[in-house]
Amino acid sequence: MRLRERLAHGEFVITCEAAPPKGADVGPALEAVRKLAPKVHAFNVTDLQSSVLRMSSWALCALIKREGFEPILQMTCRDRNRLALQADLLGAWALGIENVLVLTGDHPVLGDHPQAMPVFDLDSVQLIAVIQALNSGRDLAGNELSGRTDFFVGAAVNPTAEPLEPHLAKLRLKAKLGIGFIQTQVVYDPQAFVRFVQKLDGVRVPMLVGIIPLKSAKMARFMNEHIAGVHVPEEIIKVMERAKTPEERRQRSVEICARIVRAVRPYCQGIHFMPMGWEDCVPDIVELAGI
Amino acid sequence: MLVSELKPIGEILGSLRPGERVFVVACGGCAQTTGAGGEKAIQTLKSAVLEGEHPVVGALEIPFLCNKALIGLKLSRVRTTVDKAEVFVVASCGVGVQAVATVTGKPTVPASNTLYYGAFQGVWPAEERCARCGECVLAETGGICPLTVCPKGLLHGPCGGSYQGECELEPGRPCGWQKIYDRLAELGRLDLFEKFRPPKDRRRALDVPLSRRRTTLWDLEFWEE
Ligand code: SF4
Ligand code: SF4
Repeated sequence: MRLRERLAHGEFVITCEAAPPKGADVGPALEAVRKLAPKVHAFNVTDLQSSVLRMSSWALCALIKREGFEPILQMTCRDRNRLALQADLLGAWALGIENVLVLTGDHPVLGDHPQAMPVFDLDSVQLIAVIQALNSGRDLAGNELSGRTDFFVGAAVNPTAEPLEPHLAKLRLKAKLGIGFIQTQVVYDPQAFVRFVQKLDGVRVPMLVGIIPLKSAKMARFMNEHIAGVHVPEEIIKVMERAKTPEERRQRSVEICARIVRAVRPYCQGIHFMPMGWEDCVPDIVELAGI
Repeated sequence: MLVSELKPIGEILGSLRPGERVFVVACGGCAQTTGAGGEKAIQTLKSAVLEGEHPVVGALEIPFLCNKALIGLKLSRVRTTVDKAEVFVVASCGVGVQAVATVTGKPTVPASNTLYYGAFQGVWPAEERCARCGECVLAETGGICPLTVCPKGLLHGPCGGSYQGECELEPGRPCGWQKIYDRLAELGRLDLFEKFRPPKDRRRALDVPLSRRRTTLWDLEFWEE
């Protein structure tokens, strides 16, 4: 079943990030996808995440599709103007890619080519409108297209953003334009997520909650300091600190994630894993959480 | 010298709410020189605004609208009419519109689109405040320019990198869209925050068309170069 059908049927869905290689060799990326495929319904392929150069998202999406798995094309507004974005979307559709997650994209100065021109010809809200236009058989300029796309469009939000209100308002606008799913930034505090859900009034879109397994207390502290909008509560950091061996750390991390998954499960329709190299934790978390 | 041109009257009136009391301000500096400011603009705008059935409570030409201190001084002399006004309609470059919005703290509608600048750049640093996009949106963003205050020039609210009012670009830099949100909240106009804006016409920001290069201003400032 496709992602959109699963969500429409009320199924609890698992998605997982897959990063294209920094280079020409897609072997390891595909190997990771194959290993996870029995536990994951769809793979989000990142689009030059953190503005670091990698292989293009649509290419790995197409390869994942060829293996018989379902990709979600992540598309940022950072690198392509309206012509290039539409061209890539039409190409992605022809390659069998149906799902798109629309993102603003980090600023290039944060990545490994800080000299690059930041494009942002469109923003994420406008890109959603452009995809809806392609779905209706027209391009942004209103020209008729030969054949239409039928993309399933998703948006991102940070449920623990502070202050939350501007982000909520932006999400409401995206929902008005037509989105089929939401994938969230990582959540470590289930209570904060529940508070966010209660404020969502009017936005009725299936939501997948972001999970990142912690590798260490140091990683947690680093994220708290350097990643906008990520907050790992002190109790969780303490648990990670008490773990002494690598095996113990992995075990604690899996338990922490499983506990968060269980806590948010009644308030969402799926989990979105961003394993950052710890792909092998994902099946354990899914199992321990009892999904 | 910032070159601006008056917006279509319909667009200006579209930014006003029914029956809103209007104060018209026009720049007597660059905008007047390029034909989009001064007494001429005041007359055009006054009659248009009246025709749109909005009462005009006051009108004032200020020599340089990019000079915040000067705006404060001039407006304080007509305090009572300023207090009566519900919205300011401003004929000047984007810098002047933002200066009026900041000084008055009231909703401010740009009457012009800012196209590009020449030699003299005004008192309030222009390049930090107006990117000469040619499609001024200040009426919808609380008089704060999203193209210059947000390094991505987004038109619909903050990106995911905005946290506790700070921009992802560098520590200590305020998130422009948080500022716009806060200003719209103060003005009671958060409805504008959730309004869809179509993609910008980037041609307006890119180049100076031949027709413009044939103006007196162009001759005076650029010919020898
Ligand atoms: S929106 Fe900003 S860049 Fe465009 S004309 Fe207005 S002030 Fe200038
Ligand atoms: S953090 Fe705010 S100002 Fe910075 S790029 Fe994002 S929206 Fe723009």
